Amino acid sequence: MKAGIVVFPGINRERDMAIALELASGHKPRMIWHKETDIAGLDLIVIPGGFSYGDYLRCGAMAAQSPVMAAVRAHAARGGHVLGVCNGFQILTETGLLPGALLRNAGLRFLSMDCHLRVERADTDYTRHYQAGQVFRAPLAHGDGNYFADDDTLDRLEGEGLVIFRYATPEGAITREANLNGSARNIAGIAAPNLRVLGLMPHPEDLVDPLMGGTDGKPLFDGLVAALAA
Amino acid sequence: MARDVNQALAREFGLSADEYQRVLDIMGRTPSLTELGVFSVMWSEHCSYKSSRVWLKTLPTKAPWVIHGPGENAGVVDIGEGLAAIFKMESHNHPSFIEPYQGAATGVGGILRDVFTMGARPVANLNALRFGDPALPRTKRIVDGVVRGIGGYGNCVGVPTVGGEIDFHPAYNGNPLVNAMTVGIADQGKIFLSAAAGIGNPVIYVGSKTGRDGIHGATMASAEFGADSEEKRPTVQVGDPFTEKLLIEACLELMATDAIVAIQDMGAAGLTSSSVEMAGKGGVGIELDLDAVPQRETAMSAYEMMLSESQERMLMVLRPDRQEVARAIFEKWDLDFAVIGHLTDTGRIVVRHRGVVEADIPLDPLAEQAPLYHRPTEETPRPAPLGPVADPGGLAEALMTLVGCPDLCSRAWVWDQYDSTVGGQTVKRPGAADAAIVRLEGRRRALALTSDCTPRYVLADPEAGGAQAVAEAWRNITATGALPLAITDNMNFANPEKPRIMGQFAASIRGMAAACVALDFPVVSGNVSLYNETEGKPILPTPAIGGLGVLEDAAQAVGYALAPGLELVLLGETAGWLGQSLWLREVAGREEGAPPPVDLAAERRNGDFVRGQILAGRVRACHDVSDGGLLVALAEMALAGDTGVSLRPGPEGVAPHAFWFGEDQARYVVAVADAAALLAAAAAAGVPARQVGRSHGADLTLPDGHTMSLASVRAMHERFFPAWMGVESA
Repeated sequence: MKAGIVVFPGINRERDMAIALELASGHKPRMIWHKETDIAGLDLIVIPGGFSYGDYLRCGAMAAQSPVMAAVRAHAARGGHVLGVCNGFQILTETGLLPGALLRNAGLRFLSMDCHLRVERADTDYTRHYQAGQVFRAPLAHGDGNYFADDDTLDRLEGEGLVIFRYATPEGAITREANLNGSARNIAGIAAPNLRVLGLMPHPEDLVDPLMGGTDGKPLFDGLVAALAA
Repeated sequence: MARDVNQALAREFGLSADEYQRVLDIMGRTPSLTELGVFSVMWSEHCSYKSSRVWLKTLPTKAPWVIHGPGENAGVVDIGEGLAAIFKMESHNHPSFIEPYQGAATGVGGILRDVFTMGARPVANLNALRFGDPALPRTKRIVDGVVRGIGGYGNCVGVPTVGGEIDFHPAYNGNPLVNAMTVGIADQGKIFLSAAAGIGNPVIYVGSKTGRDGIHGATMASAEFGADSEEKRPTVQVGDPFTEKLLIEACLELMATDAIVAIQDMGAAGLTSSSVEMAGKGGVGIELDLDAVPQRETAMSAYEMMLSESQERMLMVLRPDRQEVARAIFEKWDLDFAVIGHLTDTGRIVVRHRGVVEADIPLDPLAEQAPLYHRPTEETPRPAPLGPVADPGGLAEALMTLVGCPDLCSRAWVWDQYDSTVGGQTVKRPGAADAAIVRLEGRRRALALTSDCTPRYVLADPEAGGAQAVAEAWRNITATGALPLAITDNMNFANPEKPRIMGQFAASIRGMAAACVALDFPVVSGNVSLYNETEGKPILPTPAIGGLGVLEDAAQAVGYALAPGLELVLLGETAGWLGQSLWLREVAGREEGAPPPVDLAAERRNGDFVRGQILAGRVRACHDVSDGGLLVALAEMALAGDTGVSLRPGPEGVAPHAFWFGEDQARYVVAVADAAALLAAAAAAGVPARQVGRSHGADLTLPDGHTMSLASVRAMHERFFPAWMGVESA
């Protein structure tokens, strides 16, 4: 698997993502400066977390206009894999690669804590090393993670099976208490119709080492490596 | 701003009549407005340490592992494998009272710059916060703003906030304390200093543009507050963490080349202090052309530019042949890069603006003739001993009161707003261990980080309190298994012109110095914040200690969360000391007596024993016994691990409430599988040890037979902050 990580000014979880990708694949990912436009030869493009452009406009809005994003769009159109985490998810919605938007957390405060995610389907390249219905833990750290879309869009996402992760209790129940940021229908992560573009708010890349409290996030990267092994 | 320069204006700028006379003697003429501005900020308490210097130099600052002690932007210690930890704590008290969000945010930004200016990538932030009475609406507003400000800045720059402390006391009603600490990692061979060198070398300004914000911030931080403090809001700076993040990355990219001769951040007193200190340390002169300074406001005067405290700016001296390499890096990161002067052999700072020399000051006298005061001190009288105090309501009731009180309740509401995991190296997050554990990327080695002080002890007995603050930091690092290496100190005190306050300062330093020596725990950096009083009401004397230790293998770190089926052993001597304890204050309603004595030999012996046991792999959980005493420590262990405990009765001859809530020092609770082996090892090492209970189930069973569910204790423990801040329960 050849992976690249896009670095916008203000991105700050690119190192965490590089560690997780290298751990799973054995290769250091390529770091792609946002002004680069040639990303040919990569299987997976990751847009990591952080505060691109300080989130001073709308989260992800400035980054979505960066030169590299045209190349990312083309990569997605070719059927390439694109993973957006946290700010990366926000950027994918701003770019139009994924529907909906991420609003301020319902409690209007930044949240940094572990959450539990229920895997809604295990037949994607991102979730093949999990079981459908399995619950795993992941740290989240965001001020704007409250997923929003109109009811028609939500119904379509559900109908087409594009909701990949939901905030859940450790036992897998979808409850209001488990929905830390107030997301519509507890949605934590969604995919594009071809299941190759995925966005999620929590950080599986920060839970890949037993020393940091667990390896719950590692199957996501292992699954990708298995799917994209050349 | 056309003002006549005279003694009245000097007074307004915070210079005394004597100090102004000294300016006239050095200059041989009436200074210009800009020159007076330069003298006043350089000689402010904040920049000159004029009241504290004589005492600070008595602190031990050396050890074989200390690479740079006080005097640089931050302290530097050898942490093995060719790496150095660079760290410092700094206050932003006055700005945080006037404008809590920006005050706290720029406090974080400032301390980050002190660390990355030396070549380190920042890997952790901590903070030590003190607030007034929670019953006051103003306190709530300040806490909310400070917490949002710390999070807003730290989360954005992507440095995890991994630890800290929060206390409340009415003495901080008009003067909260916001002390921020940053820790960074650098290669020992790539540490950057601030001494300028190379006559003719260019002086470069990088970062944000200069505006009129923060003018005379350092002077404000050197005076008491009156009722008019709200009017000082324009002296508070505004932070831009996005630009800071770019500045970190650009500086680290430039530092990988050989372009930099010297570098310093523009902190307090901005362009003035950075240029004066860099030239002064290097023994050279400096000439600045203010027309070249990037400005974001029009028609700024030389005075305003020299005194502006606009944030996210750095000053560098570069090798002339590397100037374009550097420019390309800063342009890549969309940051301003301007040549604003050069080094000279004149020994003077010369500032030109619009063709006029606005300042021309000899640097040596500016530094060497800076005021230095041996202020009169008055010893704090020894507190009357606390006689016997009856237990009003039993252990269970007292425990519930204590775990729910503002000083001991869960801080999760605060931590949950700070990104503690960014970087992917946080082994022990807030609330998991006595010190935060952050692994070094790509290595087994880890740092242990803590901040500590018990101001009520310092007020009652400044010398014992100073020693206790250092000892507790050492103990918290030890309780994780790490080896304590060095501290940074943030000395927050009231008006030093009052002998009683200066006496607190001097005695605290004596106590700290004794503890640093006994524990091989030198001071490598620090900051002094004086005049922390509003309308004549002083804060509690607060020498906040930031401690750093190292673990060779992060996997050896232990936290304090209990697992079921373990034996609980108390290490250290328990006399049942209730003077100045939280039990006395919260349960008996009294703030009296002497604080617990600090026996540094016992501290060392007990701590070295505990660390040895942890590194030998015999300890499953460990927690130091501090605020609230033994029973609170055990409850915290139970809550963290969601595992109940059953406790045995304490010894004959010590009243139960004194045994379970006394705050005797140098103590730890350890959880082990084999109590007999531990007791034998403790006996052999001369460490007092006593089996106090075991972990199992979901209840807390007290030695008097009382049983309470862990769930009920947790509800009490987690109630205060969300209820106070009006968080709806989910």
